[in-house]
Amino acid sequence: MKFLSEYRDAKVVEELINDIRLVVTRPWTIMEICGGQTHSLVKNGIMEMLPREITMVHGPGCPVCVTPLGIIDEAIYLAENKNVILCSFGDMLRVPGSKKSLLEVKAMGADVRIVYSPLEAVTLAQNNPEKEIVFFAVGFETTAPANALSVVQAHKLGVKNYSILASHVLVPPAMEAILSDPETRIDAFLAAGHVCTIMGTEEYDPIVEKYKVPIVVTGFEPVDLLQGILMAVIQLEKGVARLENQYARVVQREGNRLAQNTINEVFEVSDRTWRGIGEIPMSGYEVKNDYKAYNARTKFNLNLESVPENAECISGAIMKGLKKPVQCPNFGTKCNPEHPLGAPMVSSEGACAAYYHYSNSMLVEDNS
Amino acid sequence: MTNNPKLSVKLNCPLPKLDFDVITMGHGSGGLLTHRLLESGVFDLLKNEHLDQQHDGAFLELHGKVAFSTDSYVISPIFFPGGNIGELAVNGSVNDLAMCGAIPKYLSLSFIIEEGLRMEDFWEILLAIKTASDKAGVKIVTGDTKVVERGKGDQIFINTSGIGTIHPKANIHYSRIKPGDKIILSGKMATHGIAIMSQRKGLEFETTIESDTTNLNHLVKKLLDHAGESIHFLRDPTRGGVATVMNELVGQSKLGIDLVQKDIPVDEQVEGACEMLGLDPLYVANEGLFIAIVDATVADQVLALMRNDEIGRSAAIIGEVVSNHPGQVVMASRIGGKRVVNYLTGEQLPRIC
Amino acid sequence: MCLAIPGKLTAITGQLDETFRFGKVSFGGIMKDVNLSMVPEAKVGDYVLVHVGVAISLVDEEEAHKTFEYIRQIGELNELNSDETILTDQQASDRSKRSDA
Repeated sequence: MKFLSEYRDAKVVEELINDIRLVVTRPWTIMEICGGQTHSLVKNGIMEMLPREITMVHGPGCPVCVTPLGIIDEAIYLAENKNVILCSFGDMLRVPGSKKSLLEVKAMGADVRIVYSPLEAVTLAQNNPEKEIVFFAVGFETTAPANALSVVQAHKLGVKNYSILASHVLVPPAMEAILSDPETRIDAFLAAGHVCTIMGTEEYDPIVEKYKVPIVVTGFEPVDLLQGILMAVIQLEKGVARLENQYARVVQREGNRLAQNTINEVFEVSDRTWRGIGEIPMSGYEVKNDYKAYNARTKFNLNLESVPENAECISGAIMKGLKKPVQCPNFGTKCNPEHPLGAPMVSSEGACAAYYHYSNSMLVEDNS
Repeated sequence: MTNNPKLSVKLNCPLPKLDFDVITMGHGSGGLLTHRLLESGVFDLLKNEHLDQQHDGAFLELHGKVAFSTDSYVISPIFFPGGNIGELAVNGSVNDLAMCGAIPKYLSLSFIIEEGLRMEDFWEILLAIKTASDKAGVKIVTGDTKVVERGKGDQIFINTSGIGTIHPKANIHYSRIKPGDKIILSGKMATHGIAIMSQRKGLEFETTIESDTTNLNHLVKKLLDHAGESIHFLRDPTRGGVATVMNELVGQSKLGIDLVQKDIPVDEQVEGACEMLGLDPLYVANEGLFIAIVDATVADQVLALMRNDEIGRSAAIIGEVVSNHPGQVVMASRIGGKRVVNYLTGEQLPRIC
Repeated sequence: MCLAIPGKLTAITGQLDETFRFGKVSFGGIMKDVNLSMVPEAKVGDYVLVHVGVAISLVDEEEAHKTFEYIRQIGELNELNSDETILTDQQASDRSKRSDA
């Protein structure tokens, strides 16, 4: 497939690994922000191909994983309403709230449907005027324009039985939260390529400036990731700290202005709790007052109690890159994808789940 | 009823004239209406000397070792690109027997029909059953029909059980798998599952992909004729895909498996759909596909035989059995890295992440 | 996060207004209806990056080639500088200029 296959070329990958090997002289720790990047690194076996000096740590780039228990409980509460059809992306269905998951309530009779796009949920609302359709709007900035567009479309079409339950999170505040933690030992970042496709790269300049850390906006395919790592390592070896763009084939400095306008039409920045990390101010989106008729929280008067996280889960340390999944005492034993103790084991993008599924580290030694 | 012109209806048999066009509870009650259904000519399609006896069970004669299998079919939608639940039900049990190294001979056929199923749809399913069983060379010798209330079924559920005689040269058992054996996949992966997914509300997309459901027994017989005991194991990767079968094998045999991603054949459209939805084709369901674990000495000949057959044109050697990393399936990725291929927890769901 | 993949825009099927502009995008041969309101400049034949049914960007072919150009050049430099392990300031600066947003 064009613009995909070329970035999976084994020869180019080999060249890049070699280039990294030639350039690196001492240990460096690099964090990739995005769960999709983690997924790609682990799934393609890139981690073991990198020279020993490079340590990759996995950031909190999984909006599914960082959705607090309380918000999942809100979605479940709505799903259990006989008049509601709860629409969601597939990722969210298996994540347990404080008691059950959406998949479980679906099995018990709730009308929960997987959609590929929030726009399909609007069509569903048009076709089911006697029901209330709620879309579980999860995601980083990448997904926000589509979720916002669904509200704009519903409004223009006069569809009154549609609303969204917003669980949006923003990347730059998360990066600041990680960098401002005195325990953090990250030397460089691979910024999330698709988030930057929407938001552009300007908001990373102040972070580079303040923390003197190289940031390379990176794509998701093996060639992208390795090129991003190479660019970061070159900076680190030179002792410079700059913002670079590896993913220039889709990312522009100003991002997609139309997408940003759509987001700003419907959403405003708000404080948000990140599962495993805690509250980060001004790090999420909530539906603006102008569109409160499309905000499931106001529409259904949601006021559920907040729920504490499982104390045994060290997800905060994992998502800040302070610990690797295999360093958790419960990894693979008490905590696994069937019985996750916390966020990063739940979604296949979570660092713990990715390791569990794809990596050799926890399993029998490979003698080959 | 299907609007898809590509659905295969090989026989040009019109529905017999009936005075009812949906199946009701009455038709399953055992009384006059049931009789009407059975005598309607609808089941004449499946006529053979065994069914004609109209006995409670079939009288059969078999010589030698016998294989026996059963499977139930609950797929939704019941009509999908490339086929319907009827041919799945026949091919499924035929293939289970073939995977045992057996020549399939007889099938039982049970329907659980939800009240309200249109006779037109039921007829089309029967046509598919007839076509598939003729193609596989099996006879349907006994059966049952029940009707349940609306809401208590999902249009139609089908169970088939099959009996076959073990091929004289077959010796299929996981204990025969040994390090060095080659793993051959008979065709392109994930086709059936993606054909079904393309119709799924909320995820649908346009494609020319059709289910690859077919009977595998004739090809399997050819392989057993030629390579006999050198074929150590056969399995068809239905639900859970190729990855699940691989994991079952390392679990049972206590050996390891090495797969090579770039050697695993996948249709380009199937790949496109998997990319778009975030699915891993290794875990997607297949139908007309099987895995053969064969002695390394015959791997190339078996592959050639497969490729010579209509079903096996895209067959490929996708890996081998190894003694290291016992209990683990490890795959060399396209770019040269390695990853473990685990069991999946639950059903694979499309993702945005 | 953010599974977005490139596909070829094969037809523009609706253009009611800026919110409701959509087309058919091909991903390796399968076709999906995609909202194009955020890429008004997209025309048939272009490649767009699609996330959850919405095109969020065009794929710039020229920039795409630059990735491989960069890699080729690094490879050549590494051959020339086989005794050195670090790029000179000028070389690092040239890299950054080419790849800065």
